[in-house]
Amino acid sequence: MKYTVQIVGVGGQGVLLASMVLGKAAMEAGHKVAMSEVHGMAQRGGSVLSTLRFGDDVISPLESVGGADMILGFEPVETCRNIALGNKDTAIIVNLDPLLPSAVAAGFEEYPPVQDIVDSIRSVSDNLMTIDATKIAVEAGRAVAANAAMIGAVTAAQGFPLPGGLLKKTLLDTVPEKFKELNSRAFDMGAERCRRA
Amino acid sequence: MADILDEGGRGLLLGNEAIVRGLIESGVRFASTYPGTPSSEIGNILEAISEKAGMYFEFSSNEKVALEVAAAAASSGLRSFTFMKHVGLNVAADPLMTLAYSGITGGMLVLSADDPSAHSSQNEQDNRYYSTLSLLPMMEPSTPAEAKDMIAEAYEASEKLALPLIYRTTTRVNHARSIVDFKDIRRDTPSKGHFYKDDKKFVNVPAFAKINRVRLLELNKAAQGLSENSPSNFVVGEGDVGIITSGVSYTYVKEFVSGASILKLGFTNPLPENKIASFVRGKKCVIVAEELDPFLEDQVLRICAQNSISVPVYGKRSGHLPREWEYSPDTMRRLAGLVDVADMPEPLPASNVRLPSRPPTLCAGCPHRGMYAAVKKAVGGRDVIYCSDIGCYTLGVQPPFNEADFIICMGGGAGAAGGFDKSTDQRPIAFIGDSTFFHSGIAPLTSALFNKHRIVMVILDNRTTAMTGHQPNPGTGRHHGNIDTSPIDIESVVKGLGIGFIRTIDPYDVKSAEAVTREALEYDGVAVVISKCPCPLELKKNKLLEPRLCAVDQDKCIKCHTCLKRIACPALVKDGKSVRIDPTQCIGCGMCANVCPVHAIGVAS
Repeated sequence: MKYTVQIVGVGGQGVLLASMVLGKAAMEAGHKVAMSEVHGMAQRGGSVLSTLRFGDDVISPLESVGGADMILGFEPVETCRNIALGNKDTAIIVNLDPLLPSAVAAGFEEYPPVQDIVDSIRSVSDNLMTIDATKIAVEAGRAVAANAAMIGAVTAAQGFPLPGGLLKKTLLDTVPEKFKELNSRAFDMGAERCRRA
Repeated sequence: MADILDEGGRGLLLGNEAIVRGLIESGVRFASTYPGTPSSEIGNILEAISEKAGMYFEFSSNEKVALEVAAAAASSGLRSFTFMKHVGLNVAADPLMTLAYSGITGGMLVLSADDPSAHSSQNEQDNRYYSTLSLLPMMEPSTPAEAKDMIAEAYEASEKLALPLIYRTTTRVNHARSIVDFKDIRRDTPSKGHFYKDDKKFVNVPAFAKINRVRLLELNKAAQGLSENSPSNFVVGEGDVGIITSGVSYTYVKEFVSGASILKLGFTNPLPENKIASFVRGKKCVIVAEELDPFLEDQVLRICAQNSISVPVYGKRSGHLPREWEYSPDTMRRLAGLVDVADMPEPLPASNVRLPSRPPTLCAGCPHRGMYAAVKKAVGGRDVIYCSDIGCYTLGVQPPFNEADFIICMGGGAGAAGGFDKSTDQRPIAFIGDSTFFHSGIAPLTSALFNKHRIVMVILDNRTTAMTGHQPNPGTGRHHGNIDTSPIDIESVVKGLGIGFIRTIDPYDVKSAEAVTREALEYDGVAVVISKCPCPLELKKNKLLEPRLCAVDQDKCIKCHTCLKRIACPALVKDGKSVRIDPTQCIGCGMCANVCPVHAIGVAS
């Protein structure tokens, strides 16, 4: 077994934290792990991509284009931009809350309707799950817990090989004590909403 | 998950974290750097833990100094380590080339972190050639786990040869993560050295240099012996097709190619020529898989020729593999037909929804925005050349600023500015950051004064080395490893040189900055404007940012969009014709308020 998660989003959204939680959980589950992260210049509000691979004899930190088993999209446009990382069988999870690029905020470029992005992905994939991670996090207590909701959503994806309990435990081991309850709630809500959908 | 200083255990480590662990396990007592991606995190970690690890660590003012201090430590019998990005080794190349002639008495690694695909760099030069140029041994790990483990062998080789060893990594090793098993920590290496004078060795006057050149060539032969027997050069798999590979390329070959025999090279200068000759002999064909230039490939071809081995060698020279950009599993597809390549699923088609671009950008409230807005307005219709430099402020190349016309290297903008002044009728303006000023900005400034260049130097002093992750620099003072020093004041330095026009401004006061820049542009000589304001990202990190917020009074706002056009702060959001402030991003710096022609923007704490 080999499994690849491509995590995409915007610098500062917690992509690195999410990939670290998934990676540690894979390690705890006894898998080999290879990851690749983006640091440096791209982090200044740019698109970021983190690759996590685990399973038997995994050593390459990168995956082939189209080779992802899961795309975990923290932001609609970034998910759409990176859609070719997946194939027809790839589980795609997308957070529907947009983060406006500065050129859009300044009125130089336009952000497409989120529904157009969802429709576009649905037209090529039957495996899309959508989640309002930021809204869930606000409901759970604070917007910063959006990545906990995203990690929770992962457990609802069909065929994801790591147990949900392990993911949650790893997440809670990673966040500071005072945010444990918040993250625990956001994780559960993310998992539950996706399972229901 | 073990802590990096623990006695044992295992962790899921970033390549750069694994390298730090390797240093600790090998009893390294001295480390130095100038920050540069992809090697920067090594410095941030050492800043925090070096003292506990019994190691002296410093951020030197540039890579040349970093290599020189580490050279002195290794010449006094210590195990030393200096690390930098690939282009940093260009800066340090001068001491490196002659240090090879001197050799050392302890152990020394010079880490060069190369950046294929230029993720965070201005070029993708292949620094492996420095090893053949300098005749120094070189090792190249493929994964974070190996990046830690190979350090032990690298120090042994360095000590046996009494030569520094080039430890070459790439972005996909430094910024990869893998499971790393911790081994014992060496505590028997000396933490205090002694320099035993030996002029024939350490003083390379021509008479001694000639002799040391001969000695170095002999050591190179001894190094080849180590390479032949190195456990880092090994064969895996079987088949009549041979693949020779090194670095991260090995991981793609290992996982995505089958049915071949792989010679994996970790000790890559000098190459294990005998091992390579016996590996290629009898093969149906040989593939050389390496990123960037045909460093291994050309030597394999030469080894085949010298040993009268006639075997087809495929790689870059044959056109099978590219010479540009980093490799990935997809690169292996090019080898189909020569060898079995794993099936790769068909990617989903790209969406036809029109997506906005999202390049990296200057942060909300970044003081560079204010200075760029001020300079642009002050310049007006003048024909200027913006000579910029390396740092966050390089992002000033983007609209609406478009204030970077010429960027080549650290400190290069200031040097080029003087050349443009003497060779054109255009007015050069050199932008340079505080850390870059101390790195290599002072020499071009003295040269400008010496040669009467008419330039404006704008020093963007944001009180940190921001782009690489907020390392201290001479302008901030040092507060780690139980050593405290005061900040070196840039204005005093400039004054000390005898510069006639010096003004320090607050870039958040865009109007005043503009007025000062106008004066500087009129000045007949070398004018220096210091834009002094701390990086808000670092203030945030250190919980020093005072919470303030801008707000647009929609009744007063005349929808002229001056704020958007001039500052273009990500916290300014265009909503139809109106502009509003995104409170999650705004830091209340007030730059937008400062440029608003009708005072419609207020700042509240």
